[in-house]
Amino acid sequence: MTKLIVDGTEIDVPPEYTLLQACEAAGVEIPRFCFHERLSIAGNCRMCLVELKGSPKPVASCAWGVRDCRPGPNGEPPVINTKSPMVKKAREGVMEFLLINHPLDCPICDQGGECDLQDQAMAYGVDTSRFKENKRAVEDKYLGALVRTSMNRCIQCTRCVRFCTEVAGVPELGAIGRGEDMEITTYLEGALTSELQGNVVDLCPVGALTSKPYQFTARPWELAKTETVDVMDAVGSAIRVDSRGREVLRILPRVNEAVNEEWISDKTRHVVDGLRVQRLDQPYVRVDGKLKPASWGEAFAAVAARLKASSKGRIGAIAGDLASVEEMFALKELMAKLGSVNFDCRQDGMAVDPAQGRASYLFNATIAGIEKADAILIIGANPRKEAAVLNARIRKRWRASPIAIGLIGEKVDLTYPARHLGAGPETLADLVAGKLDFSKILQDAKAPLIIVGSGALARHDGAAIAALAAKAAQTFGAVADGWNGYCVLHTAASRVGGLDIGFVPGQGGLKAAEMAAAGTLDILFSLGADEVDVGKGTCVVYIGTHGDRGAHRADVILPGAAYTEKSGLYVNTEGRVQMGRRATFPPGDAREDWAILRALSEAVGTKLPYDSLAALRTAVFKAHPHLQRLGEVEPADAAAIARLAKTGGTPEKGPFYAAVHDFYLTNPIARASAVMAECSALAAGAATATAAE
Amino acid sequence: MLQDKDRIFTNLYGLHDSGLKGARSRGSWDGTKAILAKGRDGIINEIKASGLRGRGGAGFPTGLKWSFMPKQVGPRPHYLIVNADESEPGTCKDREIMRHDPHLLIEGCLIAGFAMGANAGYIYVRGEFVRERERLQAAIDEAYEAKLIGKDNIHGWDFDLYVHHGAGAYICGEETALLESLEGKKGMPRLKPPFPANVGLYGCPSTVNNVESIAVAPDIMRRGAAWFSSIGRPNNTGTKLFCISGHVNKPCNVEEAMSIPLRELVEKHAGGVRGGWDNLLAVIPGGSSVRCLPAPLCNDLPMDFDSLVKLKSGLGTAAVIVMDKSTDIVRAIARIAYFYRHESCGQCTPCREGTGWMWRVVSRMAEGRAQKREIDMLLEVSQQVEGHTICALGDAAAWPIQGLITHFRGEIERRIDEYAANPHSEPVAVAAE
Repeated sequence: MTKLIVDGTEIDVPPEYTLLQACEAAGVEIPRFCFHERLSIAGNCRMCLVELKGSPKPVASCAWGVRDCRPGPNGEPPVINTKSPMVKKAREGVMEFLLINHPLDCPICDQGGECDLQDQAMAYGVDTSRFKENKRAVEDKYLGALVRTSMNRCIQCTRCVRFCTEVAGVPELGAIGRGEDMEITTYLEGALTSELQGNVVDLCPVGALTSKPYQFTARPWELAKTETVDVMDAVGSAIRVDSRGREVLRILPRVNEAVNEEWISDKTRHVVDGLRVQRLDQPYVRVDGKLKPASWGEAFAAVAARLKASSKGRIGAIAGDLASVEEMFALKELMAKLGSVNFDCRQDGMAVDPAQGRASYLFNATIAGIEKADAILIIGANPRKEAAVLNARIRKRWRASPIAIGLIGEKVDLTYPARHLGAGPETLADLVAGKLDFSKILQDAKAPLIIVGSGALARHDGAAIAALAAKAAQTFGAVADGWNGYCVLHTAASRVGGLDIGFVPGQGGLKAAEMAAAGTLDILFSLGADEVDVGKGTCVVYIGTHGDRGAHRADVILPGAAYTEKSGLYVNTEGRVQMGRRATFPPGDAREDWAILRALSEAVGTKLPYDSLAALRTAVFKAHPHLQRLGEVEPADAAAIARLAKTGGTPEKGPFYAAVHDFYLTNPIARASAVMAECSALAAGAATATAAE
Repeated sequence: MLQDKDRIFTNLYGLHDSGLKGARSRGSWDGTKAILAKGRDGIINEIKASGLRGRGGAGFPTGLKWSFMPKQVGPRPHYLIVNADESEPGTCKDREIMRHDPHLLIEGCLIAGFAMGANAGYIYVRGEFVRERERLQAAIDEAYEAKLIGKDNIHGWDFDLYVHHGAGAYICGEETALLESLEGKKGMPRLKPPFPANVGLYGCPSTVNNVESIAVAPDIMRRGAAWFSSIGRPNNTGTKLFCISGHVNKPCNVEEAMSIPLRELVEKHAGGVRGGWDNLLAVIPGGSSVRCLPAPLCNDLPMDFDSLVKLKSGLGTAAVIVMDKSTDIVRAIARIAYFYRHESCGQCTPCREGTGWMWRVVSRMAEGRAQKREIDMLLEVSQQVEGHTICALGDAAAWPIQGLITHFRGEIERRIDEYAANPHSEPVAVAAE
């Protein structure tokens, strides 16, 4: 610890701190533009200048280390002044320089109201302009479908450049030109290709980079802000939903160090317009092959009539990827009351089973734990597409000190160098047998991390692959005291929650694929299960939000609430329980899913015993106490991995295929979004352009 | 005046053979092995004792700079980097060394490299210096062939020397921008600390020296620190290459003793000011980046670091730019301001925005199209740039302007009055605007 005197107060800070951190520790605010905690230090905006006693010039506090300060002649601690006339003058000067070429277009700027430059100009600037020359004009750049530019406003802080290069790992942004003519652009104005590009909008301290889909939509002070969690993937990123009236207008990240730090993927951020269109806002019943609008009563009557005609064994339920724990629990109870054991939350057929223990299906090391890993093996997953934010965490680990990362599956660009070991289970078997060089690397690693994706587990030999992967984890010492490196990477937000409450077939029950096959069921309840094709003859009761695949196949449609329209529990791939909160109300006659199930249960004569969400939640907590510990990960018993490894089985030959083909179109909400469609087309187009070159 | 026997750059004008044979006949590579035998500390102490101050502009003591390198070579190799990106307007000394006396530089590199534990040296040559690079490369090839440098050379210290050709950016003469450029990145200065002696080229301990600083090292070692320090004044010792340009009868490069009076320098070597000493308007004593000095201050002016700093100017690279009374001094400074605006790298705010602003205002002043109150504003803007930037280019851009305002405020005001007194086709701004 080093002693420092900041504005007259003595503080004790670690020597590796920068002066800016030290000043913050002393409770002094330092203005900054280029500095960002999660990016490298650029020191170019010069806004954070402070006076260091003994130095003739003010120093940039963001870049000056506490250990770079020299003590006084008699060993007095270094003295820093942040309120001296010298500092005030320097800040005013820098602020004036930033403003001379910055347009006075705050009234038409999307950043207005949440602009660092606006705020700091108020706090540290002067009130008049002495600049009588013409302002610089910079041509706006095309950066793709998500980031709108207004480059006149750019203050060249290079946060966006550093983000793309360091965090996203797609070094597409850069600066061209020198001096006054320096401009931020992509090479030949190509669109950004990162799945995290939306974050540059948050990072931009001015209105140079703004959100294209959100442009000119609202002012920040008009918006109601709801803190909730994301369901676009199984990471469960912390988000803030900004809404006005009944409409969600934008989604921003919140800080959650354990999960997403402060990044979110573009799908999470820009799925917003999908929440508005293609919505199911009233019940429908299929009459003579055509869906006809109906009242809730008629729809329930139609379901009740079909149920009466069905036998117990021919009733089933599949939960989709976006369902919350409560509604799955209610649906499970309903199935129990109807006497059926046919229900499944794994619509892709992923070979994970709560019977094998909770550790067998969790990302046990936790996302933050990735930073402790010293070798990583990725099996049948493409984390860049399946969990973009988690992929950024792996990249962060790799950047901290390059570690060996092996990949079995499709050869893809993960934004960090990954050794492609092979394509399928044979490679994994060889690896376990110690036949590959990489076996030795994993063997020597103290904290190896083995990520198993749904590309590997969602095959019909998935169980054997899971066993093999568990064997790998055991062989390479990934399961040890205080470390469990066996990590299942899910792609569906509902999956772990469903597994936790046992939303899997009971004794003799049918799995999702079997239920979907033609002729096995009379009636199937689909809780937003849009990724399965149900065969002919089955009556499908679809409870969901969008007119997507599921609704097209449905015989009865019961309109539900999207994730921003209901309160619900979600468990992410680590097993972290988080609660989503309601930002707006469902459109039209649509209702919250648990309430639909409750009403339906009464209509079919098997009333569920809860009249409010609170009562339902109490029942959920009673059955599964760990779900009430919000924000926490209940550690799973690692012995499950050993048991899983013993199950054995012989995987078939054949390569792993990615679980996510199109990052932008993985669920009904995203498929309804025009922005996501544009991004998808852009990504596909970029691929062809490269091939043609 | 410097006597011929004390000259280091004996082939400055290229009158003799610049090759190895010629260089040897002038004393280069004589007893180099014995110099290295003095050991790292011996060499550094000798250079320290000679009082040699860096010839690149800032005047930092060279021996002290060398001593900042780690004493032991750790897992990271040490590097010597020679800054031959001579781009300061008015300066043309390093190119002459590289063209005509390259072996002085190469021998200096070996000695300096040995003194700092570096087995490799890079010479970063300015982009526009094509012939200089060829000459230098030829000389290095000769030295390799004669086993003077390289692996297993006759001096017993493995030393490889590489010539790197820059792309012609002024900012790459700043030491950390030079390192960035050498690494293949955009030439933008780094934040200091850490200093290059700790984290330099490729993150390894490095020292960046000017060509002249390195080239004088062998002679200091051969003739002794006492000889070198006997020339000039205390703390401003040795010989120095002066580049005299502008309104003199015979512009030239000349090696002279430090602290030579300006008038003697100009009249002895450059044939005097055009139209006589009384026709002198101002002198920029150290390359475009220092404050200019008006004629009255130049009469009895020793040309060295300390006396020029006293006048708030600087010796810089000792590029003396002489301006007679026919000079439009405001336009001249406006042109310099344009240069700095053009060469600012754009990394940090005060320099990026300030250089352009200052250039625009001072160009208006050159026409007289300004207000008198803007003179003080311009001065304040220049002070806001000075000292607030990452590297010294901000200072370099601010000083000429400050010099102009300090010494020629009357000239600016006169011009503004003149402009205001004359009718102009532009409409007068009215209050309703």
